[in-house]
Amino acid sequence: MSADAIVELKGIGKTYETGVEALREVNHSFPAGKLSTLLGPSGCGKTTLLKIIGGLIPATTGEVLVEGKRVEGPGAERAFVFQDFALLPWATVLRNIAFGLELRGVPKEERFEIARKLIGEVGLVGFESSYPHQLSGGMRQRVGLARALAVDANIILMDEPFSSVDEQTRRKFQEELLDLLRHRQKTVIFVTHSIEEAAYLSDRIVLLSARPGTVSQIIQPNVDRSSESPDEIRRDKNYLDAVDQIWQVLKKYL
Amino acid sequence: MSNSHRTGDRRILWLLLSFLFAFGLWEAAGRWPISVAFSPFSQTFLAMVRMVANGSLLKAYASTVQPLIIGFIICGIVGGGFGIWMGLSRTTEWFSLPFFIILQAAPMAAVIPLVTYIYGIGLTSKVLAVAVLAAPVIVMNSYKGIRNTPPSLIQMCRAFLGTRTQVVVKIILPHAAAMIFTGLRLGLAMGFIGVVIAELLITPTGIGDLISYHSSVADFPEMFAAVASIVLIAAVTIHGLERLERRLFPPEVRGS
Repeated sequence: MSADAIVELKGIGKTYETGVEALREVNHSFPAGKLSTLLGPSGCGKTTLLKIIGGLIPATTGEVLVEGKRVEGPGAERAFVFQDFALLPWATVLRNIAFGLELRGVPKEERFEIARKLIGEVGLVGFESSYPHQLSGGMRQRVGLARALAVDANIILMDEPFSSVDEQTRRKFQEELLDLLRHRQKTVIFVTHSIEEAAYLSDRIVLLSARPGTVSQIIQPNVDRSSESPDEIRRDKNYLDAVDQIWQVLKKYL
Repeated sequence: MSNSHRTGDRRILWLLLSFLFAFGLWEAAGRWPISVAFSPFSQTFLAMVRMVANGSLLKAYASTVQPLIIGFIICGIVGGGFGIWMGLSRTTEWFSLPFFIILQAAPMAAVIPLVTYIYGIGLTSKVLAVAVLAAPVIVMNSYKGIRNTPPSLIQMCRAFLGTRTQVVVKIILPHAAAMIFTGLRLGLAMGFIGVVIAELLITPTGIGDLISYHSSVADFPEMFAAVASIVLIAAVTIHGLERLERRLFPPEVRGS
């Protein structure tokens, strides 16, 4: 198990200055090249846990190992997709996508070329010089996703990326995300509060308990995503079983 | 297209009507007369034409703009810079924010006699009078612009390996730029007040001299013309800056 573990959590605990204990003794190993979901009741600290993995906030106890190295802050092997998109309002789509590369000092020509390629992949052709306020919520998150893919990190951390997007766009988006990841060897850690989303996307679902959050159960929906079409997956018996299984666990915490 | 053209025409029509109405009232009030010292619009206008023609208005402004521009530039650089520093550094914020909150609420014109007492009646005092009025709003706006940066943008920059300098240069300053500009515009408006007070209170020079001289010899149309000219210049300048601001930082892009 730990042989192909790329992110390891060892006894992670987080208590805020206000005295609220968000996480307690979280231990888990995320396998490389898989999409793992953090799912739990609201307020269970799943976003906090993701930000600790991202090195954006420090843990109170325990440590995070990424590729065997202790996390002290953000790193080049991790890229983040934000719930509120976090796009620069004064920058074009092209510059926003290339922003991670800009911070790393990649020359303009080179980073715009990478960004243009990704614009094609995430379906934003024709919007290169648009500004975020001219885009719909779904399109803004495509920019956020493309920005994370542009820096070519091994690990992509996604914090409820589709939660500010309407239900129909969300479904389309989930399908496209799987498409984008299919030919890339990425490890994805995905925070969501949607049971269906978790079951549909994940190779592995880490269920967290209510606050203070700790790992409650791990579910591996045995869905064959390579051969089945999106609609077939949503009718797949294993998918439906996973949804039901998650619900049986989560309802204890409500 | 033709539709928006027509609404534009109509707006200009209303604008002209409202000017006509205001000037008409002024004319009527002057002819009534409300007071012998209140000259009607027509006489004021003719006085202004005379003053432009004989060069006295131009000469007055040549001296009025000096303290205004010097004071405003000093305030813009030092005040804007200090506001930015206050937004970036918790320590600076801690010891100077209360001071600026008080300054912003205080009627700063009251300290102008004190300025005269210390710095005499020369240009320095007038520059200081402008600075004292303009500085608080410039400092506070720069500070707020910096402090209002959305935390998620800062976190994003850190997540993509931005250094502290990059966070400041690529996120915080561009985000604050619009609000800093607003502060400069409001500061210039305060500067106009400051320079007029200084020229009336410290020693009569420039436009302040024109106002007080013509009022002392009872040339009321000339006095009103001088007052009207400074109102006109200040209003046009500030309005122009406001339009420039809207062009440079459209509301959708300014982010604050």
